[in-house]
Amino acid sequence: MAAVTTSAERSLNKLAIVGVLIVTIIFLAPIYWIASTAFKPRNLATTIPPTVVFQPEISPFVKLFTKRSQLRTAPTPEQYAAAPWWERLVFDGGEKVVRSGRGDVQWSGYPNRFMNSLIVAITSTILAVGMGTFTAYGFSRFKIKGEQDLLFFILSTRMLPPVVVAIPMFLMYRAVGLNDTHWGLIILYTAFNLSFSVWLMKGFMDEIPKEYEEAALVDGYTRMEAFFKIVLPEAATGIAATAVFCFITAWNEYAFALIMTNRRAQTAPPFIPSQVGSGLSDWTVIAAGTFLFLLPVAIFTFLLRNHLLRGMSFGAIRK
Amino acid sequence: MTQIELRGVQKFFGAVQVIKDLNLKIDDNEFIVLLGQSGCGKTTTLRAIAGLETIDGGDVLIDGKPVQHLKAADRDIAMVFQSFSLYPHMSVYENIAFPLRAMRKSKSEIDGEVRSVAKVLQINDLLGKKPSALSGGDMQRVAIGRALVRRPKAMLMDEPIGALDAKLREEMRAEIKRLHIKQGSTTIYVTHDQIEAMSLADRIVIMHEGVLQQVGSPSEVYKRPANLFVAQFVGSPVMNVANAAVTMNGSGARVTVDGAAEGFLFPAELVSQLDAANVGQDRLALGIRPEGVMVSREPADGYLPVEAHIIEPLGSYDIVDLKVGAQMLRARTRSGFVGKPGVQVFAKLDPAQAHFFDTASGNSLGVRL
Repeated sequence: MAAVTTSAERSLNKLAIVGVLIVTIIFLAPIYWIASTAFKPRNLATTIPPTVVFQPEISPFVKLFTKRSQLRTAPTPEQYAAAPWWERLVFDGGEKVVRSGRGDVQWSGYPNRFMNSLIVAITSTILAVGMGTFTAYGFSRFKIKGEQDLLFFILSTRMLPPVVVAIPMFLMYRAVGLNDTHWGLIILYTAFNLSFSVWLMKGFMDEIPKEYEEAALVDGYTRMEAFFKIVLPEAATGIAATAVFCFITAWNEYAFALIMTNRRAQTAPPFIPSQVGSGLSDWTVIAAGTFLFLLPVAIFTFLLRNHLLRGMSFGAIRK
Repeated sequence: MTQIELRGVQKFFGAVQVIKDLNLKIDDNEFIVLLGQSGCGKTTTLRAIAGLETIDGGDVLIDGKPVQHLKAADRDIAMVFQSFSLYPHMSVYENIAFPLRAMRKSKSEIDGEVRSVAKVLQINDLLGKKPSALSGGDMQRVAIGRALVRRPKAMLMDEPIGALDAKLREEMRAEIKRLHIKQGSTTIYVTHDQIEAMSLADRIVIMHEGVLQQVGSPSEVYKRPANLFVAQFVGSPVMNVANAAVTMNGSGARVTVDGAAEGFLFPAELVSQLDAANVGQDRLALGIRPEGVMVSREPADGYLPVEAHIIEPLGSYDIVDLKVGAQMLRARTRSGFVGKPGVQVFAKLDPAQAHFFDTASGNSLGVRL
């Protein structure tokens, strides 16, 4: 059908584009703020009005990854000349990098916390999406006694803000020794995400025609083979969408991570703000930590964007 | 050699019985069509044979062995679905190769067999495409290819061409028939389209509300319908059915349609045959197909005057509604034979094409004149 646009429609379109631009700017402003602060020298981080044009620096990232202490006396020119380029950046900021007795550079807590975040978020996402997919398949394909009640029960686990059970969970975790362990957080996040994953995947499973599996069954495959060879590839879009949501939830979770972990298994979200109080509040380091923390979700979402675009419509658009 | 037999098959969906004591024997290489309205149990029967549906009673036998406890994968039967059910994420080649991969055949064997099936179905140049890039007819060919490729004991087809447009349906009908003659495998085909059934089947199985109504060759079910349901389901336009009374009149019998002043002339032996059937006059129905109603523009011996109502010109012939008593009898005439609605014409029934039914049971009385 040929579309005929009147001038009124055209100006309305322009207005809409301007509106979208404004909303986009409002939404992206905090991200810009974090990203730009991550590359600012410390003295420009908190200026009023904010500094927009500046010479970007890598020093906040060096500081983020190293353990530092205040310089009591300025380094000697020999010390300064002998230091690698990144250490000089720390010297410039009035600090020095802490070294062990053998002279090894001491790392900050950040790389470990970041790694913990990755381990916990990825494992819990795989578990939640995996179990959710199987459960959804079961509900979608088989007659189950009390199916509606069971599905409602599964959904009901999300009707309570999770943090209200934080104290009993903490006591239970302490009793069984899951406090401050990776598995403790993984189990917790898997439990949060499972109900969501089951419901979302059930929607996708219902959209996959039963005939595909039936065709595979008469073609000589077992139900399990049919599931893996036919249903899973067909559900890829749904799995991708569900995985992104689950990953974001687990990645960004703050309250339980703060309560349930303190060192060994602590994830990045409770760690980053904890840096505010240690010595000077160096906002550039916090911004650098936050900026790096944003990247995995951004990359993950970007990689799955094609699936997401189709998946967000909850299976409504199918070829 | 594959024979399929159903013995006393029962199937319930909850409290509803969808297959009622079904007995059927299908011979090797036979093309059987299960015909009936939607919800009559024909697809459920097919799925029970395939192993996609469990049965609640009776036996399904393939080559004499009960298979009702075997999984679909172990029955060595192929099926073509109405929706084609081509795996969307696989190419045409992979779709056809899929059943062979289940048999763990070698790569070269698979390749050879896929290509030979593709050649038979003339889909060689589609092998690299995804199903979403195919037309309806090609999708259907691929679905048949996937079913044929592993040379199954039997082919089951569930309304395989129901989703195609009319012209393509006709083409594919011919192609399926050609393939069956060439490949010769026991085939069970489900459809609600009686033209499809008539044109394809060696034998037609007509089902209604889970009960088998009649099994026979296309001409048998057309010419000798076992009951009123079959009589009216098979054939287009539909057979005329009217309550009728039979009286003896001199040397012949008269069949008077409800509300008519005069009766049509029939041979005298009709009365003796009806007497033998022992059905009261109040339960008697006359059935006659439109081509059994003969129309004349001039008065003639044995013809009764009737009024023409609606005329449907169908190209090669016309269907003319004739008012006989309280009934409309539809007659098939030469194109343009009756000039316009409202004119008086003369009609006679061909006794050889007349059927008599017991309205209480619906069964044919088996009258042959």
